[in-house]
Amino acid sequence: MAANPMSQFDVYRIGPEIKVGAFDISFTNASLFMILSTVSILLVFNIGSKKNSILPNKIQLLAELSYTFVSKMISDTAGSKAKPYFAFIFSLFMFVLFCNMFGMIPYTFTVTSHIIVTFVLAAFIFIGVTVIGFIKHGFGYLKLFVPSGVPAVLLPLIVVIEIISYLSRPISLSVRLFANMMAGHTMMKVFGGFVISLGIVGGWLPLSFSVALTGLEILVAFLQAYVFAILTCIYLNDALNLHH
Amino acid sequence: MIKKIYFQSIFFSFFFIKEAFTAESGGMPQLNPEFWVSQIFWLILTFGIMYLVLSKLILPKISNNLESRKSQILENIEAAEKQREDSDAKLKEYDEIISKSKLKGNSIFNQAREKALKDIGAKREVLDKQIDNEIAEAEKEIDALRKNAPDKINKIAIETSSELLQKLIGAQVNNSSISAIVDDLSRRNGDKYYGN
Repeated sequence: MAANPMSQFDVYRIGPEIKVGAFDISFTNASLFMILSTVSILLVFNIGSKKNSILPNKIQLLAELSYTFVSKMISDTAGSKAKPYFAFIFSLFMFVLFCNMFGMIPYTFTVTSHIIVTFVLAAFIFIGVTVIGFIKHGFGYLKLFVPSGVPAVLLPLIVVIEIISYLSRPISLSVRLFANMMAGHTMMKVFGGFVISLGIVGGWLPLSFSVALTGLEILVAFLQAYVFAILTCIYLNDALNLHH
Repeated sequence: MIKKIYFQSIFFSFFFIKEAFTAESGGMPQLNPEFWVSQIFWLILTFGIMYLVLSKLILPKISNNLESRKSQILENIEAAEKQREDSDAKLKEYDEIISKSKLKGNSIFNQAREKALKDIGAKREVLDKQIDNEIAEAEKEIDALRKNAPDKINKIAIETSSELLQKLIGAQVNNSSISAIVDDLSRRNGDKYYGN
C-alpha cells in the first residue's frame, strides 16, 4: 500500500479487459464492490422477508424497520403521491448506505467516493424528477421557477436564480456525497499514515484520532445516504405537488 | 530529554510524510476518465438488477408481512374484545341466576316457615280446644259434684239425724220435719262449709 492517501480511490481492472465497441466496461474493483453491496442488500432483505412471524427475528426486524423508516421518510417529505416511487428511493437509500458502509471496512473500495457514480445517480434522479414534473403538470411545471408573491420588479432576477438552483441540483447532490466520502476516507488515511510514520512513540495521538474518525465516518456514511434519499424525496415532492 | 526526542520525532516525521505524499500524488483518481464508462455500466447493471428484485419480489413481501401482522394483531384484539364481552355477559347471567336462586330460596324458606307456623297454630288450636273441652268437662263435673254435695250432705244429715233421734228417743220422727230443720241449718251455715 502506498502512503498516498488518494491511492485508495484508484480503480483498477480485475480480470481481462472487456470492450464493447469503443467503450471499456472491464470488471474493476468498483464493480466488485457494487456487486457486493447489491448482493448483500438482496441477501439481507430476502432473508428478512422470507418468514413472516408475528414476533420477527433480528434480520426480519431489520428489514421491516428499514422499510418503515424509508416509507415514513417518503410520506413525510413527499406525501402519499410519492408511493409509486417508494421502491426506487428505498433501493437508492440502501445502495448508497451499503456502499458507504462497505467503504468503512479497511482495504475496501468506496463506490460512492467516485464523482462519476454519484453524478450518474444524481443525474438520473434529476432527469427523472423533471420528466415526472412535466408529465404531471405539463408546461405548468415551469411555474416552479416563478415563486408566488414576488414583486414583478424582482421576477426576472428570481427566475434566473431559481433556474440556476434547479439546474445545480444534480451537481450539489452528487458532489455532496462524493466529497463527504472522499474527504472522510482521505482524512482517515492521512491519520493512519501518521500512526505509521510516528511509530510507537508518537503514533498514539493520530491513532486515537483515527478511532474517533472511524466513528464519525460511520455516522457520515449513514447520514449521507439519508441526505441523498431525503433530497430525492424533496425534489420528487416539488415535481408531484407543485406549490412553490 | 525524552520529551525533546518525542517532539523532534513528530516534527521530522511531518517532513517525511509531506515528502512521501508529494512524491507519489498524481491528483484525484476520481477525475481520471479511464474507467468512467465501466463504472457507469456496472452501476446501471447492479443498481438496475437490485431495483428490479427489490421492487418486484422483496418489498411487496415485506409490505405484505407488515400488513398481515397488523391485520392479525387487530383481529386478535377484536377476538379478545369479543371474548371479554362474552365473559361479561356470562358473568351477568351467572349473577342473575344466583340472585334468582337466592330469591327462590328465600321464598321457599318463607313458605316453609309460614307453613310450619300455620301447622303449629293449627295444632295448638286443636290442643287448646281439647284442653278447653277437658277443662270444661272437669268443671262441669266439679260443678255437678258441688251441686250434688249439699243435697247429699242434707240427705245424709237428715237420715243420720232421724236414726239418731230414733235411737235416742225411740220414736219415729217425721222425716219432713227433720229435713226442714236441716235445710234451715244448712242454709244458715252453708256459707261456712262451701265457701260460696
